[in-house]
Amino acid sequence: MSTISPTAPAPDRTPAAPRTEDSIVKTILGRWETLIVGLIVVVFIIGAGISSEFLTGDSLTTGSSDFTEYAILALPLTLIIATGEIDLSVASVLALSSALMGYLWNQGLPMEAILPICILAGALCGLINGWLVTGLGLPSLAVTIGTMALFRGLAYVILGDESVTDFPTNYTDWAFGNFAGTVIPNTIVLFLVLAAIFAVVLHRTPFGRAIFAIGANKEAARFSGLRVNRIQLRLFILSGAIAALAGILLTLRNSTAAGNVGDGFELTAIAAVVLGGVSIFGGTGTIGGVILALILLGAIQKALNLDPDINTAWVNIVTGILLVGSVLGPNIAARVREARRISTRGTRPPRPGRSAAPQSGPGGEGNTNA
Amino acid sequence: MSTDATTTPLVALDGASRSFGAVHALKNASLALRAGEVRALMGENGAGKSTLVKILTGVDRPNSGSVLVDGEPVVFHSTADSRDAGVAVILQEPTLFPDLSVAENVVMGRHPKRSFGRIDRPAMKQTVQGLLDRLGVDLDPDRPVQGLSIADQQIVEIAKAMSFDARVLIMDEPTAALSGREVDRLFGVVRALQARGAAVLFISHRLEEVYEIATVVTVMRDGEVVHDGPLSELPEDELVRRMVGRDVNQLFPKTPATIGDVVLDVKGLSREGVFYDVDLQVRAGEIVALAGLVGAGRSEVVQAIFGVDQATEGTVNMLGHDLPLGKPTAAVAAGMALVPEDRRQQGLVMDMSIGQNATLARLGDMRSRGLLSPKRERAEASQWGERLQLKYGKLSDPVGTLSGGNQQKVVLAKWLGTEPRLLIIDEPTRGIDVGTKAEVHRIINELAGQGLAVLMVSSELPEVLGMADRVLVMFEGRVTAELTRAEANEERVVRAATGRTAVTEEIA
Amino acid sequence: MSTPVTTPAAPGPGGSAPSGPTVEPEEAERVSAGRRVVDRLIRARELGLIVVLIAIVAITGAIEPNFLDADSLKQTVLNVAIIAVMTAGMTLVIVTRNIDLSVGSILGLSAFLCGDFLTKNPSVPWIVGVLIAILIGAACGLLNGVLVTWGRVPALVVTLGTMYALRGVAFLVTGGRQINAEDLPDSFLKVGSGDLLGVPTLIVLAVVVIVLFWFITRDYAWGRQLYAIGSSGRSGGQAAKLAGLKSDRRVTQAFVISGALAGLGGAMYAARYGTVDATGGQGYELRVIGAAVVGGVAIAGGSGTVFGAALGAVVLGTIQTALIVLKIDDFWQQAIVGLLIIVAISLDRLITNQSEALLRQRSARRRTAA
Repeated sequence: MSTISPTAPAPDRTPAAPRTEDSIVKTILGRWETLIVGLIVVVFIIGAGISSEFLTGDSLTTGSSDFTEYAILALPLTLIIATGEIDLSVASVLALSSALMGYLWNQGLPMEAILPICILAGALCGLINGWLVTGLGLPSLAVTIGTMALFRGLAYVILGDESVTDFPTNYTDWAFGNFAGTVIPNTIVLFLVLAAIFAVVLHRTPFGRAIFAIGANKEAARFSGLRVNRIQLRLFILSGAIAALAGILLTLRNSTAAGNVGDGFELTAIAAVVLGGVSIFGGTGTIGGVILALILLGAIQKALNLDPDINTAWVNIVTGILLVGSVLGPNIAARVREARRISTRGTRPPRPGRSAAPQSGPGGEGNTNA
Repeated sequence: MSTDATTTPLVALDGASRSFGAVHALKNASLALRAGEVRALMGENGAGKSTLVKILTGVDRPNSGSVLVDGEPVVFHSTADSRDAGVAVILQEPTLFPDLSVAENVVMGRHPKRSFGRIDRPAMKQTVQGLLDRLGVDLDPDRPVQGLSIADQQIVEIAKAMSFDARVLIMDEPTAALSGREVDRLFGVVRALQARGAAVLFISHRLEEVYEIATVVTVMRDGEVVHDGPLSELPEDELVRRMVGRDVNQLFPKTPATIGDVVLDVKGLSREGVFYDVDLQVRAGEIVALAGLVGAGRSEVVQAIFGVDQATEGTVNMLGHDLPLGKPTAAVAAGMALVPEDRRQQGLVMDMSIGQNATLARLGDMRSRGLLSPKRERAEASQWGERLQLKYGKLSDPVGTLSGGNQQKVVLAKWLGTEPRLLIIDEPTRGIDVGTKAEVHRIINELAGQGLAVLMVSSELPEVLGMADRVLVMFEGRVTAELTRAEANEERVVRAATGRTAVTEEIA
Repeated sequence: MSTPVTTPAAPGPGGSAPSGPTVEPEEAERVSAGRRVVDRLIRARELGLIVVLIAIVAITGAIEPNFLDADSLKQTVLNVAIIAVMTAGMTLVIVTRNIDLSVGSILGLSAFLCGDFLTKNPSVPWIVGVLIAILIGAACGLLNGVLVTWGRVPALVVTLGTMYALRGVAFLVTGGRQINAEDLPDSFLKVGSGDLLGVPTLIVLAVVVIVLFWFITRDYAWGRQLYAIGSSGRSGGQAAKLAGLKSDRRVTQAFVISGALAGLGGAMYAARYGTVDATGGQGYELRVIGAAVVGGVAIAGGSGTVFGAALGAVVLGTIQTALIVLKIDDFWQQAIVGLLIIVAISLDRLITNQSEALLRQRSARRRTAA
């Protein structure tokens, strides 16, 4: 991770104007991720202060595995949000996958057949979202509010208010278990593998570059010959499939399949993505930042839950404040800098081509939703 | 109309300058708008007209010099300030509320009220109907603006300006998208405003319109006012000479290229409601210009050829293979490249770096062992930067930090890297300073010399006449003339572009 | 700016302005045909919803005549009342091209504080409790509005954040407590279950709120400006700026009203159900947004009416009751709601595409004819 560059202060001394601009941007990015790391450290210290159990391997194991599903959902969401779209239906797909798993198991299908069917069903859900967004040109926010209810409803329809608990132990044991004698849960290892793949795809492949280009300027991306619709459709399908995978993991970890699992998970996952520095307008963000944000949110939940007096209340409050602060902070910093620049340089006009508020995306009037 | 130079101008610009970094968009420009005058503002694209308009309308402020209202210096901090001073502007692209009715668009912010502060709908409708009647347009005040043609939307803008009781009306190419009948109608309104004592600043590229409506003229070139006087004293050829200010042939040294086989063959291309039945061919080494007025459908044609717009009919054949319509990726794969008109919205991803933009159209080639190689990206980008003499700090700088001309070179680099067989370039030098302009022209000429087929859309006559081997002229969505380099001259192109000649054979 | 447009101030028909009727009869006919098409499109949504509503009631009534009992219908509408009130506020926000995800949390918080206040001060008139709920909601809305406009943080992020934070605050103030019906003054509970002139009080309240805001958004400049702001927001907000609209102020006001109505919804919730804990109103935000979307409020801003949105809420509520009456598995309810949202927005898009093509052809024909 890039630390603060030594040339960061003294913006007026550097000769080439764009260079200064660049180093400022870099420092902010550096600062943002450094800030999250700092916050993580603080939470760990507080956590250790609250309870001596916090820093034990056992606590970290349960804490991290409890957060697996959020973390996995956040990965494809990062890509979707980076293109400037959103998928609110992920938790419902997760529930649908869980319910389907229970139903098929009750029907006597072997797990080897159930798992691919669930993933395929998730991909199909994603295909529906993606087609409505790219084929019909509907706003993804409205579409996925609809499919969020639809898929959750289908989950209830499939399994009703039953729950299925008699899954084979070799599967549930794997989901409970730790990786090869370490304290790292198997599910977290799976997440780390997925995260590595997503990071490479987003940051080191043409596909990933195209994602950022679409998010930053969809029209220019189309004018560059990128297959904008196809890429977005694939991302929604991917999001559905991965959400189904998260549903399978949750079902196995809890040894329970039900239609009501994962309620509200989508918002925690989105919170992690935004907190991780991905612009809700698209075009910027890193998987690394999102992983840090996930660690932070997970640590907060775990730390605050150790003390029965500091319960869900503070988890919610801190999450909300961090979420808004993650966008508000840089906005205010940019404004303060701008004000200072104007006052020190008199009436010098703004440099052409670089907007005053770096946070606003293409056509990014601050007060519009994506 | 008599012009009394001694009366105090309603609004004036006094020695105003405006620069953006090293680019001087406006240099010590003065201009007076007097009651009862229709003043034409003439100049090529990039001469500084739009900067001047921005200052007069409060969108931008000069670095030095001032704006005078009734002789008093003022500072327009916003468009609201200029509007309160009685300045209204009709822009090329109307800015309206698409979901609201025509009437509400006109009165937004100043709804007429009745008891309990309710909106007085009958009064609102009647007012707007009155304004529209005066314009002689049959437009339902109750219908939403969404779906109106650009011409009708402009009428709504004019009605809005009239409702503000504007004393000064700035019309920035208002006739570009209007039909002959609509132009006559508009001129009727302009004359009525003039008779009532309003001042009008009229910007148009159609010379005969300018001579029809304007009384005085300001000519601009490279950011400076080069002529100011009654229009009657300035014959047409003299006006053009002052606008261009240099010999056309000298500026565009045309290197003769060997013209080869047909690269692009378009037949019967149509897009319902936009353009119809366009046939065109471009051969290797040939530069074909698509000329015409703004709004004639030229950009739409090339965008449909490239596939970013969906054509409704016709075929696009590239090197003997029919391309699927509406698929830019297929067009790129077939060797087509499009440098669009709107650099900031379509040509570049402004938030991305120079290097990332330069390689965006061929990300697949930037891989080594399956992954994007930053090294290869840098190498490719800097190689093209060198070849196009791109001036930049670092390849990782955001592309937005470059000047317009250098941004255009980045777009060119992006496409030339794909080794295209056909380069479509829409307004190649719009918003580019004069020095870089010549460079861009040189690059295009060189490329054609190397056997690249070039299809160029341009609104600048000197560019069209100086660069093209063949000129196709469009008017209201149809090709109205096809001229060889020898046949093409200003008069013929302008006649065809204004629909004065509808039959190609007349010239050929 | 403040001077309203009065009589035409533009030049008289002197000079050479074209005078006289230049409209050929044929063209006039075409124009009025266009007018009819447009009119039909505008009314299509409300009419369509009413038709759907009648169909649901008729079919359900035919199968299960009990459904048509006055009491049963009353229950149906009562269930809708709270959602409908919140939908009115949500409509104002969405019309400005924003969104408010925090209404459920605001409801929970204000419902508890309202109930808590009335429990502790049984002698104070119940209306004070209602006012407190409204004020709390308005304050929360103000926070949202300021963060969106002054802070330039996208509404989706802001209200996702406050959704969390306010729910956290609700947990904090309840401290695990729960208010029960027997703690609340009877006069207050009567508001929830009683009648006013033979009509349930909550329904009267909902109708008043809906009519009031329908009226304001239709007949007052303030309301029309909300539409203008949302409509111009799609193309960067330039038009609103040129018209001199105070966009930030209007958007903030819309959020305040949305918050206030969610607060009112909280008071209604407490009065109707009597039992209030920190989780009150959880998930309401999506029911409210869903109702607005079904009612024809475009997520992209600029169009949709309070009346349509209220109809959307009634349709969704009626379906819910109808399913119960028809003894169809409750589980279908959510799936149907989701499906309805998707069908509604897809239909909207198809109709818009169709009408745009129609209008384009028509104006093209007019141009070539000219």
